[in-house]
Formats: sequence, C-alpha cells, structure tokens
Amino acid sequence: MISILTRWFHRLASPVWFYRIAGKLLPWLWALFALLLVTGLYGGLVTAPADYQQGDSFRIIYVHVPAAWLSMFVYMVMAVSGAIALIWRIKLAEMVLVSCAPIGASFTFIALVTGALWGKPMWGAWWVWDARLTSELILLFLYLGVIGLYNAIEDKRMASRAVAILALVGIVNIPIIHYSVEWWNTLHQGATVTKFDKPSIHIDMLIPLLLMAGAFKVFFVISLLLRTRNELLERELPRQWVKQLVEENAND
Amino acid sequence: MRLTHAFVSLLYRDFTVAFRHRNEILNPLLFFSLVTLLFPLGVGPSPQLLQTIAPGILWVAALLAALLAADNLFRTDYEDGTLEQLVLSPLPLPLLVIAKILAHWLVSAVPLLLLAPLLAVAFGLEALAIGVAELTLLLGTPVLAFVGAIGSALTVSLKRNGMLLALLVLPLYMPVLIFGSNAVDTAAAGLPVSGQLYLLAAMLVLSLTLAPLAIAAALKMSVSQ
Repeated sequence: MISILTRWFHRLASPVWFYRIAGKLLPWLWALFALLLVTGLYGGLVTAPADYQQGDSFRIIYVHVPAAWLSMFVYMVMAVSGAIALIWRIKLAEMVLVSCAPIGASFTFIALVTGALWGKPMWGAWWVWDARLTSELILLFLYLGVIGLYNAIEDKRMASRAVAILALVGIVNIPIIHYSVEWWNTLHQGATVTKFDKPSIHIDMLIPLLLMAGAFKVFFVISLLLRTRNELLERELPRQWVKQLVEENAND
Repeated sequence: MRLTHAFVSLLYRDFTVAFRHRNEILNPLLFFSLVTLLFPLGVGPSPQLLQTIAPGILWVAALLAALLAADNLFRTDYEDGTLEQLVLSPLPLPLLVIAKILAHWLVSAVPLLLLAPLLAVAFGLEALAIGVAELTLLLGTPVLAFVGAIGSALTVSLKRNGMLLALLVLPLYMPVLIFGSNAVDTAAAGLPVSGQLYLLAAMLVLSLTLAPLAIAAALKMSVSQ
C-alpha cells in the first residue's frame, strides 16, 4: 500500500506526467465549474429569498464568502507545497507554490472589494477597522510579499526556495496575527459599528452558497493547473518532452 | 565547549565590527527620535492628544527603526564573504545566527531602550506607563530583531531591497506592535498588563526557537546564489 502511494507520489511529481494528466483533467473541471456556477448563481440570485433585514444586497455573499474562504485555503495550499518543496526538493511543488500566490492574492482582493461594496450600504462605511477586515488586509500583504520576493530573485529555483521559506514563516504567523488583531479590536474600539447578529442562515440561502463555494474551489483548481502548466513549460523549455509537445501541436 | 567558544567569539567579533562603524549604531537611534518628532508636528502639540497616542508612536517608531537596522544585519558579511564561511562551518548555523542577532540587538536596540524613556517623558507619559513601555520594548525588540533577520536573510543577495524587506517583514511585526502599544495604553489607564507581557514573552520564546531555523535556511539559499 505504502509503496503504491510513494510510487504515485513520485509519478505525480514528474513534470511530463503531471502535464498530461492536468491536460486531461481540465475539460472535466471546466464542465464541473460551469455546472456549479450556473446552479449556484441561479439559486443565489433567483430562488433564494431576500433577507428580511438586508433585502437583496445580502446576495453579495455568494461571491464574497467563497472568495474569503479561498483566500485562506490557498495560503494553506501554498504553505503545504512550500514544505514539500523544501523537504523533498520536488520541482513540481515549487511551481504549485509560486502559481498559488497570484491566485490567492486575487481572491483576497475580491473578498476585500466585495466586502467594501457591501459595507457601504449596510454599515454606512466602506471600511471599518474590524478584526476580520484587518487580518484579511494583512493577508493580502503577505501574498504580495511572496509575489514580490519571487519576482525579485533572478534564479527561479532559488526564488522558489526563498518563497517556500517565506510561506512557511507566514503560516506560523497567520494564527498569531489573526488572534492578536481580534484582541486588538475588542480592546481598542469596542463596537462602533456592530455587526448585525448573524441569524443562522436559511437553508434556501445556504445551498446556493455551498454550490458557489464549490464553484470557486473548482475554479481555483483550474487556474492553479493552468498556471502550473505554464510555469512548467517555461522552466522546462530546453527539455526534450517540451520540444516533442510543440512539434505535436504544430502538426495538428 | 567548542560551540560556546564559537558563539562567544562571533559575538565579540560582531561587537568589534559594530563599534568601528559607529554610524550604524547611531543611525537607528537618530531615526527613532526623528520619527517620534514628526508626530507632534503632524498632529498638533495638544498634550492630551499626544499623551493618548504616545504608546503607539513610540512603538511604531521602534518598529521602523528595527526595520531599518535589519537591512544592515547580514549585508556587510554577505559582501565580504564572512557569511559564506559561517554557512560552510561545521557548527550549527542556527546557533551562529542567534549569536549574530544577539549582537545586533545589543548594538541597535539597547540604545533605543535607553532613549525611549526620555521621549516618553516628553510625551507626558506617567512613570508607571514608562516602566511598562520599557518592559514591552525589552521583550518586543528581540522579536523584531529575529523576524527582521528572516526578511534580511531572504533578501540579502538582492540589490536595492529596502522596500521588499519592508513588505516582507512589516506584516509579521504587527502582533508585536499590537501587544506592545496596548500594554502601555492599558498601564496608562491603570489596569493590569500581565496578560500582554506574557504574550510578548511567548512570542519572544517562539521567535527564539523557530526563527533561527528559518534564517539559517534562508541564508543557505542566499549564499548559494
């Protein structure tokens, strides 16, 4: 059993194999994404009832919440592949790591922007120094740091190792940052803008939310595979299998 | 025995180097006082307002001074090849890193600790709050030194890395800032501050144990470029 697992692990780590498998998976993932997105959006925008307090503007959660969930999930994926890259020196893990950063930064940005758009009508302010908002903003800067460091180092293998170290330092720090910001907020300013007491969400609103969360997650996998494939081609450019691939495509 | 010897001699060497470049000791200190001077000019001289924001000002200034100092931590050693020798030595690199950071902290942060009470008096803080400010700085600045060293080790081989270092390090500094300035605030309000001090001490222990490993890995990466 273990030997099958390790063999699978090593095969997955081989660039050629990964490129092929990812290519075969992509159409299926696109189909799944389209299905989830259409049903989720229909459920969220059409069938879900309007909120008794917030009216229709609550519907932004169908974008905001999945993006916020992913903003944290992507960092975890990034740190785990960073650890794999540092421990086993697997090139593929490095590429997954560096492909994660821009995607995670985008989701964080989306979560912040949609949050601000929702906050203006609901709280009466674009931005409040709420604990969650602040730690989300810090998370964006952590992502930007990873991207900045990767771009600053010329040698891409070195850059990936540097970024892997940074991602691991970040993952140790994220809980500390999160809780300290929460504490800072509760001690400093109390409730200037109280969040409405969140009622447990109605099932008709919950199902579309879960569908949208699924759609976002599949979209993350798609964009991760696309980016990693690009990164792979760029780095392996002089290799035989890339040449073969280009020739195959030219013949088509 | 060999380890202690190496630790002490590295510490001694870094001290000697630092005292032969006195500017580098003075610069963070001057920077610290200048930044604190900017705030009264920026927000107005009202004593009440200044007293309220004094803990925040002191801590933000200390944090920026630590960031400025971190930029120089490994730079000269990288340029003249000392760092390479340290990485190549058979002794454990994390331990040598601790020696370097200890020397760096003694040279760059301790003068700041001595200057901080004077500035705090100028802002009208009470004696008790000043004492707490000193304690938080004593616990917090080593954390800043360790975390700053991670960023410095990652970027030491790059040219013109100041902004990048700030981008990498400042988000990681935030917890220290929160607990440090909050403890002083709380003390000024006459409330107990043991909670914040314990948390700062916990961060110090965490950074002392984990950061050297990350710094050593980052230095190996930087040197092999």
